[in-house]
Amino acid sequence: MDMAGRISPSLNLETLPRRQGATVHLIEWSRLAAPEARRLRELGFDEGIEVEVLHRASLGRGPIACRIGRMTVALRRAVAAAIHVAPTAA
Amino acid sequence: MAMLLASDAPLAPPPSRTGTPLVALVGNPNAGKSALFNALTGARQKVGNYPGVTVERHTGRTALPDGRPLDLIDLPGAYSLDPSSPDEAVTRDVVTGAGRFEATPDVLVIVVDAGNLDQHLRFACELIALGRPVVVALNMVDLAERDGLKLDPAALAGGLGVPVVPTVAVRRRGLDDLRAAVAAALDGPPPPARAPEDDRALRARARALAKAAVVSETPTRRWAHAFDSVALHPVWGVALLLAVLFTMFQAVFSWAQAPVDALDAGVAALGDATRTALPPGFLQSFLVEGLLAGVGAVVVFLPQILILFAFILVLEATGYMVRAAFLMDRIMASVGLSGRAFIPLLSSFACAVPGIMATRTIADEKDRLTTILIAPLMTCSARWPVYTLIISAFIPDRRVGPGVGLQGLVMFGLLLVGVAGAYLAALALRRTVTKGHSSGFLVEMPRYQWPRLGDVALGLWTRSLTFLKRAGTTIAATTALLWLLASYPQAPAGQRQSEYSIAGRIASGIEVVVRPIGFNHDIALALLPAMAAREAAVAAIGTVYAVDDPESDAGGQSLAEQVRGRWSLPTALAFLMWFVFAPQCISTIAVTRRETNGWKWPLFMIGYLFTAAYVMAGATYWLAVLAGL
Repeated sequence: MDMAGRISPSLNLETLPRRQGATVHLIEWSRLAAPEARRLRELGFDEGIEVEVLHRASLGRGPIACRIGRMTVALRRAVAAAIHVAPTAA
Repeated sequence: MAMLLASDAPLAPPPSRTGTPLVALVGNPNAGKSALFNALTGARQKVGNYPGVTVERHTGRTALPDGRPLDLIDLPGAYSLDPSSPDEAVTRDVVTGAGRFEATPDVLVIVVDAGNLDQHLRFACELIALGRPVVVALNMVDLAERDGLKLDPAALAGGLGVPVVPTVAVRRRGLDDLRAAVAAALDGPPPPARAPEDDRALRARARALAKAAVVSETPTRRWAHAFDSVALHPVWGVALLLAVLFTMFQAVFSWAQAPVDALDAGVAALGDATRTALPPGFLQSFLVEGLLAGVGAVVVFLPQILILFAFILVLEATGYMVRAAFLMDRIMASVGLSGRAFIPLLSSFACAVPGIMATRTIADEKDRLTTILIAPLMTCSARWPVYTLIISAFIPDRRVGPGVGLQGLVMFGLLLVGVAGAYLAALALRRTVTKGHSSGFLVEMPRYQWPRLGDVALGLWTRSLTFLKRAGTTIAATTALLWLLASYPQAPAGQRQSEYSIAGRIASGIEVVVRPIGFNHDIALALLPAMAAREAAVAAIGTVYAVDDPESDAGGQSLAEQVRGRWSLPTALAFLMWFVFAPQCISTIAVTRRETNGWKWPLFMIGYLFTAAYVMAGATYWLAVLAGL
């Protein structure tokens, strides 16, 4: 991902503001348990795809619902934190 | 995963082929395979298990346009041919013709969700590369259009190199085209086999194919997102969930009243008719006091069970259930479980058996085991006959608020005690015997969908049959046996039949153990048949009072009135508390053995739940006595 240099390095799916479109630029697969990583791939997560945070279950700790493609996927914050994103211009 | 693969049952040989072509429905989870299967086969379907593994096997029959019959099999949803669960392993073995379960299908119908082609075409490409005759069912095209996605099936067929048929399973659209395409695929040449590709290549190809098939696309689902903003909201979503659950349990009691009363009257009328038709004697007493008193006491609960199942089926069909799991994930995570466990646990309110089977969707072994072990603490429908009898006998039917009755409140309280018990049990189990990592919560949220009445009705029909079969076999047999044991030898005048008989003497032995927790002789007698099924306790009490006093029924005294006359309030409360915890259900124990592949965990379950039941019932009794109740 050549755009990696131009984005804020701290932004990931956990910290991404709601309704802000973004592109996945790096997934830290090594931070994830093997079955988790596998399921994430099966659900279509990959470098280069577009995501958007739709809902957060509770303030602070609950899971996150995000849009990927035309799907809504729920994932826990620890997993979301391993997915680094770059906001796309509106 | 080893525990998931039961190895006790011998593998059945593939069924012999008699010339009827076999077609398998295969695709990603949430592609609408089962709806398509239901649409194609109607009620002509069988649900069973694959031999040797605890995976449900749905088979049925339909006909080709030329009248030829067709055997249809609905395979478990899978993401790829590289299995990550026993369900997916079955799918792989059937489609690749490993021959472990059945004959290799003659045609594969690959079901893809039209609104989610990026995802579903990946598995479709992998399947097509096998080089077997295939038809792609482009399912749920109506939902895709509603979401602003217009597709070109011909372009997709061109890209994939196989026939593509647009379908809307739940509206029965495109079924004839699909049958015709299957007939053509049966007779025509299969597509060429391709070398297997790696995941990334498949994914890229799927995305390119999906893109080429889209005519126009608008970013959409505004109302669904708006609804989710409420349904998944940390405050409003939880409020909505509680309202749904409260309505569900309230409905079970208020809506069911009329049909329950009608069934009750029917059972009574049948008893009277039998009394008139048969001369007094062994056969008459056996039928009326033994079978009818026992089985009738259980059958009258059918309406309540159906209402509960209807709610659960609708919640699942609409797609709301996964939203509920999303909201519950945080609470579940606090005891080391996944939000996914919420779905099997909610199903366990109807019956722990399907609940325990539904834990198969939980990937992590320890996580799943914990869910299985706490599932029996959910207030299953078999407890209601027991709770209802005792509550109607001892708790006054008073309003404590608008639309809220005291009896319902006590019922809700018992339900909460079960949930709290499950919470604490999970907390303890995850720190001791089922210690390990949580499998997390990573799940696709299905789109909202209007449930189809026919599918819900079919589900309810299957559940009714199961329930009535149970009432007709397990419960009938235990009550008949109990009646025999409770009727002989005949007590001399002045002695109670329920104490003098064989059953009475066995119960006197049990009574020694349960006396310290406030249980009387009647309860000790009821606990034995309740081992087969909890609701048999009510049947047993009914039978015991019928043999003690054959005239009581004729005298118009209801079972509740008789119980009120013979038990104290602390005893009744202790009895209720006992049933919150006691693992008295042969079916649950059997399914736990099957799902955990051995006796270790069912025995553990029996041990910890009986201990909890004894301690909690005892505590309730003595607290109630101290409180002067």
